[in-house]
Amino acid sequence: MPTHTFQLNGETVTVDVEDDVRILWVLRDVLGVTGPKYGCGINVCKACTSHINGKAFNPCSVRVADLDKNDEITTIEGLADTAPGDGLHPMQEAWLEHDVAQCGYCQPGQIMAAVALVNKVREEGRAINEADLDTIRNVCRCGTYSRIREAIKTGQEAMARGL
Amino acid sequence: MGTHNSDGPARVSRRSFVGYVIGGATLITAADLGLAPPAANALPVPSVPQVPELYDLNDFLTHCAMPTSNLIAIEVDEKGHAHFALPRMEVGQGITTAVAMLIADELDLPVDHVHVTLAPARPELLFNQLTGGSNTIVSMYTPVRVAAAIARKALLEAAAILLGGAVTQLTSKDGVISLPDGSSVTYGEAAAKAAKPTTEKVEVELKKTADHQIVGKPHRRVDARDAVTGKKQFAMDLDIPNALPTMVCRAPELNGTPESINNKIDVETMPGVTHVAIIPTGVAVRAKTFGQCIDAVRALDVTWNSGTVTTLSAKDIKAELKAGQIPLAVPKIGATSVDGEFTFHFRSGSALEPNCAVADVRDGKATIWGGLKSPIDAQGRIAKALGLPQTSVTVNVVQGGGSFGRKLFSDAAVEAAHASKAFGAPVKLMWHRADEPRQGRVHPMAVSRIRATVLAGSVLTFEQRHASVATDFTHGLGERLTAEAAALPTGLSNLTFSESIFLLSQELPYNFGVITQLLNEPKPAVDRFNTSSVRNIYSPDVATASELMVDQLAKKLKQDPVTFRRNYLKSKSVKRVLDRAAELGDWGRSMPAGTAQGIAIHKEYKGATAVLVEIDCRPETVNRKVRDAVTGPRVTKAVVVADVGLVINPAGVKAQMMGGFSDGMCQALTYSNHLVDGQFLEASWDNSAYTRQWNTPFEFECEVIESHGNQPGGVGEAGVAASMAAVACAYARATGKMPTEFPINFHDPLHFEPKSFVPSVPESPTDGLAYTF
Repeated sequence: MPTHTFQLNGETVTVDVEDDVRILWVLRDVLGVTGPKYGCGINVCKACTSHINGKAFNPCSVRVADLDKNDEITTIEGLADTAPGDGLHPMQEAWLEHDVAQCGYCQPGQIMAAVALVNKVREEGRAINEADLDTIRNVCRCGTYSRIREAIKTGQEAMARGL
Repeated sequence: MGTHNSDGPARVSRRSFVGYVIGGATLITAADLGLAPPAANALPVPSVPQVPELYDLNDFLTHCAMPTSNLIAIEVDEKGHAHFALPRMEVGQGITTAVAMLIADELDLPVDHVHVTLAPARPELLFNQLTGGSNTIVSMYTPVRVAAAIARKALLEAAAILLGGAVTQLTSKDGVISLPDGSSVTYGEAAAKAAKPTTEKVEVELKKTADHQIVGKPHRRVDARDAVTGKKQFAMDLDIPNALPTMVCRAPELNGTPESINNKIDVETMPGVTHVAIIPTGVAVRAKTFGQCIDAVRALDVTWNSGTVTTLSAKDIKAELKAGQIPLAVPKIGATSVDGEFTFHFRSGSALEPNCAVADVRDGKATIWGGLKSPIDAQGRIAKALGLPQTSVTVNVVQGGGSFGRKLFSDAAVEAAHASKAFGAPVKLMWHRADEPRQGRVHPMAVSRIRATVLAGSVLTFEQRHASVATDFTHGLGERLTAEAAALPTGLSNLTFSESIFLLSQELPYNFGVITQLLNEPKPAVDRFNTSSVRNIYSPDVATASELMVDQLAKKLKQDPVTFRRNYLKSKSVKRVLDRAAELGDWGRSMPAGTAQGIAIHKEYKGATAVLVEIDCRPETVNRKVRDAVTGPRVTKAVVVADVGLVINPAGVKAQMMGGFSDGMCQALTYSNHLVDGQFLEASWDNSAYTRQWNTPFEFECEVIESHGNQPGGVGEAGVAASMAAVACAYARATGKMPTEFPINFHDPLHFEPKSFVPSVPESPTDGLAYTF
């Protein structure tokens, strides 16, 4: 069986699994990292959204063989460690402040998408607007969309302050 | 709740109740679940008001909970923390938070010292372990407070001995009991002393509402931190030894069944695959990863038997419903009649967490883990499927990733049990998303016909005939209704279960003279379509039809929609929410052409809701482009005002209203299942246009108004009906055309290419890195 090595939440991991297994299943079924959720398997619901080298991606739609040993995967479990300080990531704090989650199933993916979106917009030298928020594709079947929009605005401010 | 003369047997006076300290080494206190407020068998049922005014679905569910005489218990541990196993299921609706708040308040503990878990199936509770009808808080409100109050009393008595004072001198706060001299003991220290060797009956008084410190104030969900850190575990996240991923290959036709597998050995030798077997609903495959299950499902060559609606399409079902509709009683009389007919299409009830369950069946025993709202019913179904006695089946209830009525049924748990038995190995069975809209439970399609008669400036009659595809209620409540039939208000016992639920839940709170709202199911068999009482079951469709007609009546009588409603509403609570929504939403403000406000009300679950929306139907908005998405009219603003009776957690109520709005809006505009030749075309979230960010209003406001009620009402579903109706009314006002088919985009060209039916699930893409941001 082929082995694959990559960086996961700050640690080097090596797995024995077939080349074409998508990363979501390597995370969940092989490594037991269950923060990224399955919601569709075809990159449309975005419940599994995680980061690769700091950018949002959906591990349900990338083969494990397409990872390089230096590729850094961050799941919701590792997000807090990417921010300064010992606490949660400011976006997670914003989620708590607005009590966004209902069932919580989609929220790891929502938070990972939100962080990437804020970073992307910041790199463009501007603040997030309604049109940016409209581009978020993550499904929330509990319908928490309005609270997500508010939390992202709060999280953006905290991220800008380097919290 | 109305007034009641008879107090239950365990109720001593207005605020005094009886419960128990259970004999044992630790402090365990208990109260009878039957302490829920007495329901209507003592009530007269006048003929004129509609049934829900006096006795609604919540009364029925509460009433069902009464005669079981079984106990719910709170334990206080050596750290002074309270533990309670809730015989209901948390699916995001916030009941674990609300119950923890109730216990914390009555027990003078911080909320984070109260630990609410979900009880496994407790068959002795009979039907008192069903999470549905927005009934959890209504039925738990009194019993959990009684058990908590008894625990506090026992702790105070123990502290009096430990501190050498009198109970009356003691105060308790945040888990510490103190004497005026400053000496104190913690609950943890008092708990062991408070334990009793034998069970004792205890009388206790409950705190007054005005003395509540926690109840009634917004509180963050108790699991919020776990949710945002990825620690919250759902069924598929559990680490059950050797329970490998398992998926099911399903038939191309709705409810088709497997005849034979033509390439079993080929599939069994695929990478990662461990087992392949026929189960009643398809072919189950077990593999090292779900990805390899998907590959195996796609590779299977199966001979299928036909399904249950082989040649039928939506238009056939519509014709069937129209043909079977109960006739209107009042004839059409020229200019005095206002008629309308509305069609509501199938829509998937699936949550974001797919149907799933873990099963370990061996040595004549079965253990199940799953998000199950009717765990006792699940236990019975699994026992039957496996040929085991019910006592050999353990059903563990896991928090669910949403439900919306879907998890009343245990479809995945039964499949998991079949698969585990066939394989002789534990399984972690999950549905592929594609199977959810195609083979999963749907909201039944319905046609609603309304005729109102207007004469001399007054509405004299209002008749609604709602013909629906049969709703499956066989998850345990039906038998209870049969058992309780004699105690129900006159007339209910002669109806089918669906008709009873309809009668218990639908109420048109207007003074429209003679009002009749009747349901019928022309084909009552529930095995053609897989239905369930998807969130708020009949109400969104019934309310959308009736509120659109109310706007038509207002127009006919040349009155403003809000003024007309205010003039004709007979319920004060509905008038209050209507007035407040109109005020908050600035009703009647000037709007550009192609945009409009809409308003609607709904009365149910012991409360009332009013929703005001603003919609933009201008071409530049309707035709805006988002990749692989449905755009259409945009609701730009929404205001929801709710009276839900006594509020436990205002933050939780607002969350439910926002979620109900997201459901109601898409049911009006975009979300449906297309039935074509016996198949539902939708197969994933790119096909099913549930509300997404690009549909979400820019402004959303919810106000929970102070209620005059002293009992909590239901909130889980209360926001859906008025939301759907308000969006429909706004659309009619913006376009000048009353919509009659829902969602309004149903007959638009499909926005997607239907995915294959064989194989039954799509391949996972490999180009994910092309979409990073």
